[in-house]
Amino acid sequence: MKLTNIPNGESAEVIAISGNNRITKRLMEMGVVPGVSVRMIKSAPFGDPLEISLRGYHLAMRISEADQIEVQSERLKVNGSE
Amino acid sequence: MNPKVVNIAEERRTANDIESKKPEIVIALAGNPNAGKTTLFNSLTGLRQKVANYPGVTVERKEGVWKLSENAARLIDLPGLYSLDATSLDEQIARNVLTGKLADLPKPDAIVAVVDATNLERNLYLVTQLLEYKIPIVIALTMVDVAEKQSLEIDTKKLSVLLRIPVVEVTATQRIGTDELAGKVTQAVKDNQNSDDVLDESTIHLSLQDDGEINKKIFARYNFISDVYQESVKRKQTEERSFSEKIDRILTHKFFGLIILIGILLVVFQAIFSWANVPMDLLEAGFGALGDFTRTNLPPGLLTDLIVDGVIAGVGGVLVFLPQILLLFLFISILEDTGYMARAAFLLDKLMSRVGLHGKAFLPLMSSFACAIPGIMATRTIENPKDRLATIMIAPFMSCSARLPVYALMIATFFAGQTIFGFISLGAVLILSMYALGIITAIIVAFILKQTILKSPPPPFVMELPPYRLPNLRNVLQSMFNNGWEFLKRAGTVILAISIILWALTAFPRQTDVTSPGISQNQIAPGEQEAVSNITTGDESCGCQLPDQMQIAEQEKKAEEEKQGLALRNSYAGQLGHLIEPVIEPLGFDWKIGVALIASFAAREVLVSTLSIIYNTGKDSNEESEGLISAVRDAKKDDGTPAWTPLTAVTLMVFFVLAMQCMSTVAIVRRETNSWSWAIFMVVYMTILAYAAAFLTYQGGRLLGF
Repeated sequence: MKLTNIPNGESAEVIAISGNNRITKRLMEMGVVPGVSVRMIKSAPFGDPLEISLRGYHLAMRISEADQIEVQSERLKVNGSE
Repeated sequence: MNPKVVNIAEERRTANDIESKKPEIVIALAGNPNAGKTTLFNSLTGLRQKVANYPGVTVERKEGVWKLSENAARLIDLPGLYSLDATSLDEQIARNVLTGKLADLPKPDAIVAVVDATNLERNLYLVTQLLEYKIPIVIALTMVDVAEKQSLEIDTKKLSVLLRIPVVEVTATQRIGTDELAGKVTQAVKDNQNSDDVLDESTIHLSLQDDGEINKKIFARYNFISDVYQESVKRKQTEERSFSEKIDRILTHKFFGLIILIGILLVVFQAIFSWANVPMDLLEAGFGALGDFTRTNLPPGLLTDLIVDGVIAGVGGVLVFLPQILLLFLFISILEDTGYMARAAFLLDKLMSRVGLHGKAFLPLMSSFACAIPGIMATRTIENPKDRLATIMIAPFMSCSARLPVYALMIATFFAGQTIFGFISLGAVLILSMYALGIITAIIVAFILKQTILKSPPPPFVMELPPYRLPNLRNVLQSMFNNGWEFLKRAGTVILAISIILWALTAFPRQTDVTSPGISQNQIAPGEQEAVSNITTGDESCGCQLPDQMQIAEQEKKAEEEKQGLALRNSYAGQLGHLIEPVIEPLGFDWKIGVALIASFAAREVLVSTLSIIYNTGKDSNEESEGLISAVRDAKKDDGTPAWTPLTAVTLMVFFVLAMQCMSTVAIVRRETNSWSWAIFMVVYMTILAYAAAFLTYQGGRLLGF
């Protein structure tokens, strides 16, 4: 599933980042690489961008960018909900 | 002193250093944004720092002197970086510094890598890249106290062993660890020769999995980092909600987040719009008084006029922007330092991206309502050059405070006391319409620019939302003063030159009668501000003044005003007014308005004082002066018809909303884009747009019978 399918407050493990463009590279440089665990925090007031947390920090990205991130839901690691 | 250090120093001196006084050792300071790099830089260099730009680009170049154990070093503060691979300007500059490609900057002898302990993995990513430059590295580990509060425990020694790099815990604000850092850096510079082997060993991890493809390389680096992290971090961060996340429940809330954002923007706006007026008025009055003093004490003539009307007025015209710039950058650095700026971009990105702009464009545009100059300087926070350029190009459409006197004069003259439906002030509606016209035009122009000449694939928005932190007072003040100084240096000279040229246009050719001064001119400064004539009379009379003296003064003033008007009408500016009359006639403007338009290219509000001179009501009239209002109302064209109608007034306002009539803005655009062509493009397209809109307004209005 895609990162955008993860509900607020839930965690997922990144499996792959599709595409091979500037955004792919930028995401990976910011630590979004296969195997890392990310948590969906929320979306901005107008629905876009999104905020996630990973590696102990918070990252914002547009929905179009998050769509490039393939994840596997980690339902067992759910950390409360909004 | 160690012989090897001397050796290196000698080499540097002969090879690179033109000025032999400069310190010989060069240290680069690298780190992620928000890692505490600026605080460390300020702490290490104190006030021994200078800010400039890298040649040809507008990336800020900060350099300071760092007193290492025995000798001083040049400390180069690189721009905040997440990576060194990408194509952004900041990253290219950093690469050029690290490879010694800049003409006046030798390759660094060592790198201090600032690493945020609370964000170790992503911060170490940059370090893995720095390793490839074969320059000795020392890690300054910051925010250790914050990490401890998050029950995060880092084994610094283990980290140092694993990375084969010295690691020093630093709390820059209290200068803890800075001496140790200096010692380790000195040592690293000394050991230079051995470090290559060590570095190779630590990069083996990476090259094993790296088969050239950049994404695989990134993946390999993070794998390496994960290993280091697993081994060197004793206790990991708990997954409980962080403090920042709690604050963000309100500050990026769907409803309250926007309300608070609007509130903050209003405070910023209020500050540059009205608080800045106090020091600005003081500066204006001060330079006015200085001008009067100079005129009174120098013999009248060309040189005095040049000094007073050209130089002093020009310098005043530059300095008057300073309060707004200082205040805006005070707010910007507080908003950046606290971490709120990224949230504002997060909240507004959707809105701004509809016209193709970045969320960060909002603050510069908002600031431009006070003045486009600080607004354009504030676009530096936008990383993508094309987004930044698009923002710069539309910033002057925001109705700045200099347009207000023009609006006010037009409304006071033609629409005072008029209402719509009996209770809505027509003047207020008109002013609001002018603001709306500017905003709508800006949106359309931004959209067109982003579809055409500034078309670019949307740059990644991917942006860190840094943890909220208290702003560091020293960083805030330093940033404020650095930006103020930059403005004076970069735009000041151009603004000064232009104001002297404009003075010359209005002062030449000289009238013969102007150059033959009466005795009275030495007593009463010719055509000067009320303030001074008050002082003069006050000094002489102490309240026991003779009536005829006042009358004489009054007559002399009147004569002087007429002389001024005559001089202006015959000046080059006046001739230009005649010259452009056929062009501006379809807008309903006569040549006198033309003169005022030309003069107002110096600054929009100059229109008011120029009209006062043309209509002989005295230079010191302002938009509220009854004399000027009735003079405008009664003014006749050369053929005897009224020069102004309410329609002319509205047309003039429309023209002022859209035209690029501010030489200071042109100067700052030239500096910020580093090219005259963008500055000229701005003047041309805005003026064409303004002309077209004014034409439609006037001719359309006439068709409708106004």
